[in-house]
Amino acid sequence: MIRSAAIFCAGLLALTGAVSFSSARSILAVNEAAVMQGMARNLSDYRFFADARAQVPVPHVHRYRLNTPLYSDGADKLRFVYRASGTYFAGPDPDKDDGGLLQFPVGSALIKTFAFGEGEERRLIETRVLLHREDGWVALPYRWNEEQTDAKLALAGGRVPITTPAGEDISYRIPNKNQCKQCHVKDGSVTPIGPKARNLPAEWLAQMSAAGHFGAGHSAGNVTPSEYLPDWSARVEGENTAKLARAYLDINCAHCHQPGASASNSGLDLRWEQDDPHALGIAKPPVAAGRGSGGHLVSIAPGQPDQSIVVHRMSSTDPGVAMPELGKATLDQDGIAVVSSWITAMSKEGTVQ
Amino acid sequence: MIRATIAVLLAATAFPALAETHNVAAGEGAQERLQEALILAEPGDEIVLEAGRYTLTDGLSLDVDNVTLRGAGMDESVLDFTTQQGAGEGLLVTSDGVTLRDFGMENPKGDGIKSKGADQIIYHAVRVEWTGGPLATNGAYGIYPVEARDILVQDSYVRGASDAGIYVGQSENIIVRRNRVVENVAGIEIENSTGAEVTENLTTLNTGGILVFDLPGLPKVGGGNVLVARNAVIGNNTDNFAPEGNIVASVPAGTGVMVMANTRVQVRDNALVNNNTSHVMLIAYGEDFDDDRYQPRPVAVTVGGNIYGSGGTAPDFPGGELLTAAFGGALPNILTDGLHEKLAIFDPTPVLNLGLTRVGQPLTEVAPSVMNPVVAGDYPSLAPIVLPEGMEARLK
Repeated sequence: MIRSAAIFCAGLLALTGAVSFSSARSILAVNEAAVMQGMARNLSDYRFFADARAQVPVPHVHRYRLNTPLYSDGADKLRFVYRASGTYFAGPDPDKDDGGLLQFPVGSALIKTFAFGEGEERRLIETRVLLHREDGWVALPYRWNEEQTDAKLALAGGRVPITTPAGEDISYRIPNKNQCKQCHVKDGSVTPIGPKARNLPAEWLAQMSAAGHFGAGHSAGNVTPSEYLPDWSARVEGENTAKLARAYLDINCAHCHQPGASASNSGLDLRWEQDDPHALGIAKPPVAAGRGSGGHLVSIAPGQPDQSIVVHRMSSTDPGVAMPELGKATLDQDGIAVVSSWITAMSKEGTVQ
Repeated sequence: MIRATIAVLLAATAFPALAETHNVAAGEGAQERLQEALILAEPGDEIVLEAGRYTLTDGLSLDVDNVTLRGAGMDESVLDFTTQQGAGEGLLVTSDGVTLRDFGMENPKGDGIKSKGADQIIYHAVRVEWTGGPLATNGAYGIYPVEARDILVQDSYVRGASDAGIYVGQSENIIVRRNRVVENVAGIEIENSTGAEVTENLTTLNTGGILVFDLPGLPKVGGGNVLVARNAVIGNNTDNFAPEGNIVASVPAGTGVMVMANTRVQVRDNALVNNNTSHVMLIAYGEDFDDDRYQPRPVAVTVGGNIYGSGGTAPDFPGGELLTAAFGGALPNILTDGLHEKLAIFDPTPVLNLGLTRVGQPLTEVAPSVMNPVVAGDYPSLAPIVLPEGMEARLK
């Protein structure tokens, strides 16, 4: 009863937003055809939002956040997931080696908007959508217009001048469609990265589950991971460093640095579940780093972050050296600090006291 | 009925009938126009780079099968990455059956053209050049196919790579022929790959001309069945400018052909001239490794039919000067660290054996001696590399 009231309220809210925002367009229902085929020219064509500028979603499109997010030049990210009518999400497939990714059925969409600035000043820069179709996931980038009324398909990506929260003026890169795939590819197919059960807040999973999004009769245990990634935004300096560092590497690096992904040939596997020191880069010589090595001999030199290629590449914005290769024009000082502390505390064998 | 007939006809002629050509010109918006063409191409399409200089700020990528990217010539259609701001390479190909031909690329910040998991790829008459010459600030690889099978790299030119001009890694069934590689650290490198022919290339002014390497700890290990034949390997004496940490940073300046680890490599019928450390070098992988699959020694290497010019006069390793003096001013044409197995040398030339007896032994423990040619039985032959039917016909 309480639940349905809440849904009703959310619906009303969304409705108000939609009415004040736009006209005769069929409201509150996502355009399923746009999700399932073609490449919609405008973000508004999908009808994911009741009020796009305010990023108020329509019903069936749900906001979520991640425990540890990918750093993107300090952009705020507004994340949403759409569940098509007649379908249900499912917990991770235990037979899949995908880090416990939630299963989003065909017809689902993941939507992520990148914004800079607070309050009235907030500017929406781009929205990336991942659409689950009959033949797999499709990733498309959309670039917001100056008026902030809609975003247009930007197949070839683009560059936008931005002032980051840290006050740096940068040329922010919107990825092209292929670059979307470059990060999202695993064994040749596009796949979501973020919404793994372990990287979603426990409360969110519980709410979504209680609200029936995983279908009737499902047990909450199906979606609860054995361990959650730490909440990056709530970190306390000096505490839980190893877990934070491993979560950071998992989210910021492992989408490419794992078997079957874009940087598989490096032999580096930075996934959270990896426990082989060599695969994690500990005392591992580089393969194809080129000048990215910075003259260092190994990816991670225990006790010596300043001798570790991983830290060197995180600390560069020079294309050809910088890691991640895409979507980074500024340094993530917090990430560098956490990964460096982890390496500093590491014994020669690569274990952390 | 008529419609059905047409459909059948169309199906019978497959995609060539439907293939389209998309012309792209240099100038304003080239980045977006070219990238969009690469994304919107359908299998079978050809994208034509009209003559001109394309100023690009971000890496390009192609992810559609059976697409040809073709310029008006390696000096006529130039992708200029001098002001590149993002991405790890100039062009990334991730789809199968792609043909790259007749265009040039200058000064990418990272690698030049990388193709990953891209089977049946052809690089034909492509130029990748760092125009400042050999500098440590140049990108690592010029032409860089990795994790694929059926690779053809021919008639191309690479200059200035701070790792390898042409690098083929973790791949199978490879032909690298008639290329010119100049002023790179490694001219051509075949790494962790099986079944390769490296023939009729000119490798000159690199640190090392042609490297055949196998490294431990990678997804694919166990390189071998590599033919290095009929190449001109001349004057590869450029100081090593690779950043430390990379395996090629350990290659001495003055290296002609170097085989590290690998099984069944043939170095045949090459012209080896003025390589001042050694024309042909066979060594084991000397670092620690923890990989049961890995074979660190050069096994079943055959050297024969080569023409040796002068060389070995200024070996670029500690103690080289003393050693050279002991040999009267020039080291023998062939050098082994002593850790080879089943070595067969058919050339009537002495071999310098550094006398190491176990893998990982420090070079301070060398016990040099001269071996005479070690001819072991018949001249063995490797199975020729055969590319899939129709692959080379794409160049017609």
